[in-house]
Amino acid sequence: MSKQINVALIGNPNTGKTSVFNQLTGLNQKVGNYPGITVEKKEGICKLPRGVKAHILDLPGTYSLNTTSLDESVAVELLLNKNDKDHPDVAIVVSDVENLKRNLLLFTQIKDLKIPAILVINMADRMSRKGITIDIELLEKKLNSKIALVSTRKETGINKLRELIADYKNLPKTQNVDISVIAPEYFEKLATTFPKEDVYKLWLVITQDVNFMPLEKTLFKDASSFATKSKSELKRLQQKETILRYQFINGILKETYKVDLNAAKGFRATLDKVLTHKIFGYLIFFLILLTIFQAIYGWSEYPMDLIDGFFASATEWVKDTLPPGVFTNLIAEGILAGIGGIVIFIPQIAFLFLFIALLEETGYMSRVVFLMDRIMRPFGLSGKSVVPLISGTACAIPAVMATRTIENWKERLITILVTPFTTCSARLPVYLIIIALVIPEGSFLGLSYKALTLMSLYLMGFGAAILSAVILNKILKIKSKSFFVVEMPNYKLPLLKNVGYTVLEKTKSFVFGAGKIILAISIILWFLGSNGFSDEFKNAETIVTKRVEQEGFSASSEIYFDTHQDGLDINDPNASDQQKELEERALAQEIAGYKLEHSYMGYMGKAIEPIVRPLGYDWKIGIAVITSFAAREVFVGTLATIYSVGNDEEETIKNRMAAEVNPRTQKPLFNLASGVSLLLFYAFAMQCMSTLAVVKRETNSWKWPAGQLVFMSLFAYIVALIAYQLLK
Amino acid sequence: METTVAHLKRGQKGIIKEFTENLLPIKLLELGCLPGNVIELVQVAPLNDPIYINVNGSHIAIRREMALHIALDIIEDNMVI
Ligand SMILES: Nc1nc2c(ncn2[C@@H]2O[C@H](COP(=O)(O)OP(=O)(O)O)[C@@H](O)[C@H]2O)c(=O)[nH]1
Ligand SMILES: [Mg+2]
Repeated sequence: MSKQINVALIGNPNTGKTSVFNQLTGLNQKVGNYPGITVEKKEGICKLPRGVKAHILDLPGTYSLNTTSLDESVAVELLLNKNDKDHPDVAIVVSDVENLKRNLLLFTQIKDLKIPAILVINMADRMSRKGITIDIELLEKKLNSKIALVSTRKETGINKLRELIADYKNLPKTQNVDISVIAPEYFEKLATTFPKEDVYKLWLVITQDVNFMPLEKTLFKDASSFATKSKSELKRLQQKETILRYQFINGILKETYKVDLNAAKGFRATLDKVLTHKIFGYLIFFLILLTIFQAIYGWSEYPMDLIDGFFASATEWVKDTLPPGVFTNLIAEGILAGIGGIVIFIPQIAFLFLFIALLEETGYMSRVVFLMDRIMRPFGLSGKSVVPLISGTACAIPAVMATRTIENWKERLITILVTPFTTCSARLPVYLIIIALVIPEGSFLGLSYKALTLMSLYLMGFGAAILSAVILNKILKIKSKSFFVVEMPNYKLPLLKNVGYTVLEKTKSFVFGAGKIILAISIILWFLGSNGFSDEFKNAETIVTKRVEQEGFSASSEIYFDTHQDGLDINDPNASDQQKELEERALAQEIAGYKLEHSYMGYMGKAIEPIVRPLGYDWKIGIAVITSFAAREVFVGTLATIYSVGNDEEETIKNRMAAEVNPRTQKPLFNLASGVSLLLFYAFAMQCMSTLAVVKRETNSWKWPAGQLVFMSLFAYIVALIAYQLLK
Repeated sequence: METTVAHLKRGQKGIIKEFTENLLPIKLLELGCLPGNVIELVQVAPLNDPIYINVNGSHIAIRREMALHIALDIIEDNMVI
């Protein structure tokens, strides 16, 4: 392997680090997590002049090396720790031309660490409009560094940057600011105690607000004794340091940076006035949410139907082509179904991230935070939580992934944990069929009982989410920055390339990250449902065929015939053929139902019957509750199989469910009490393995999804229990 | 009572005098919120909180509780917005 140099991109948020990263690496990039924590790690490879190769790291945005969050401490840790395998040989500080002054603060800090640094002044395309002129040569001299004036939008300056990186050995390693003047004695003492270490580096280690990770603790263990000064004393020194740096920067910029104040600046003000307006601001946000919702709920349906159809025919094809047997079944019903269950989410994820990337890219997302902060604050949520919570109404998977935009870890975690309470579209098939069965006709204030029930279920979902957010906010003891300082970036036209990368990257991370878990669980569920140890299971065909010959078809099949014979014309010469075909299908369905009953899954359903009986369910519903852990909508399909009726014939399923009698009470199994209990159970229970897989991925630990599973299921159980016992 | 950023009206400007609270987040200073710099109130969120300021070219949103700790002298020049 040829020698690679390590390059780290660092800079304030929104200066274009990721855009520069995309320019340098193209599609040679991958995204993961830093080990053990949930901060996103973006890295890629870039080919440089003279055959040099560079490993590029896109660090989380930070305003300075004084960290206040986990994200920022990742950047600082990397700069301080020479032993880290990613420790940069050269740091590229990305700044934007309009906020150069503020960006230079970080640059001087990095220079002071004596890390070779290149300053990228990005967004050069905006200079003429903003009336900015910079004397680059003089600035390079004053900062004793190299500068690349870049526009990732116009794709200028990138080659110069490549040259500079390749030539990194010639970068000066001098300090910009001598901070020891803010407390000469203190720094003197520091220097004599640790003669081998750099004073500024020591200072950083001592003043870190957040030490989520063991910095170079081993090396600096003794340095902590230097935190002898009180916390507020240290803080005052940090303030002094900041002021000192700004003095240095102001001095330099006075000679090198000119802004013509008459240049246009009205665009931002006008847009802000409308977008953060008391009424229009909310109205516009509401319309945007509505569009997002429509996209993931409505537009995604077409590609999802195509995917569904594709996997259905693929399954059929496999079954027809391969020799029948366990292996074919595994492929068709285990693996293909599992992959289908992953791919089916891609349209929704892609749509949601298309919108989120647009909102982020344009600078609108910060306005959302501004508008919603006061409303979400009491619940311990961020203004940005609104987008995931609303998208959760379509599907929790992309919604949980969308929480990545929330910087504060505690707010993000709470949002992740409560989002699955919102009523996602997979609950609808369950709701609709049960509401149709058990909720009586009639209306209240012009709204039918059925509609009101559905609406209450949605409201309850939101209620549960908000309520648990309040509770989690109280009980979660997580150290995270408690203050609110949000930058409102300039409005920009989105860079489509960046949007494309985001959508691609999110989709990939779902398919390859959470997908593994989903596939594994589907195969397990398939195995449990299509294998059994008992003789009944093994001889299902003969047993059922014999029974049908002797006793005729079961009540389920009679209902099946009734529903289908309406269309049958006795005088039709083909009628007997059709009758025969119906009977064949009925027989197959009865066998499938019998098999499921005697599979491992069937025994599990019977085993949990004592647990679900107090909720008004029997073992058949028990099985459906277990299988629908794959996805809630599977509930209906499983009942169809158990009741031996066709899978996609809603009318038949409904009629069959209505006819089901509870042997204990001799009343219909699906009555108001058990129906409401089921509705409530599905409203609150964490019945979705894909959500768990995504939560595992996003929180980087099994702890949170496990907690979610236990808490939500328990809560659902209790609510359903109370409802059934009260109503029965 | 001291005049603070929280007392600014929309479009009004002031010069930062001092921080009445020592533990103001360092991030605020890093964004350019330093004594001597001009600060302008750009927008107030619908429920009166948070507020949106422009200081030293940085546009940032902060909450009112924090704004109360930034003392300033209002620049009276009857700006029309
Ligand atoms: N006008 C202009 N906008 C840019 C340029 N580079 C990036 N942007 C925009 O700046 C915003 C932030 O870019 P991004 O790369 O996400 O910044 P990061 O937060 O530092 O990673 C996006 O809206 C980009 O479209 C540029 O050279 N010119
Ligand atoms: Mg970025």
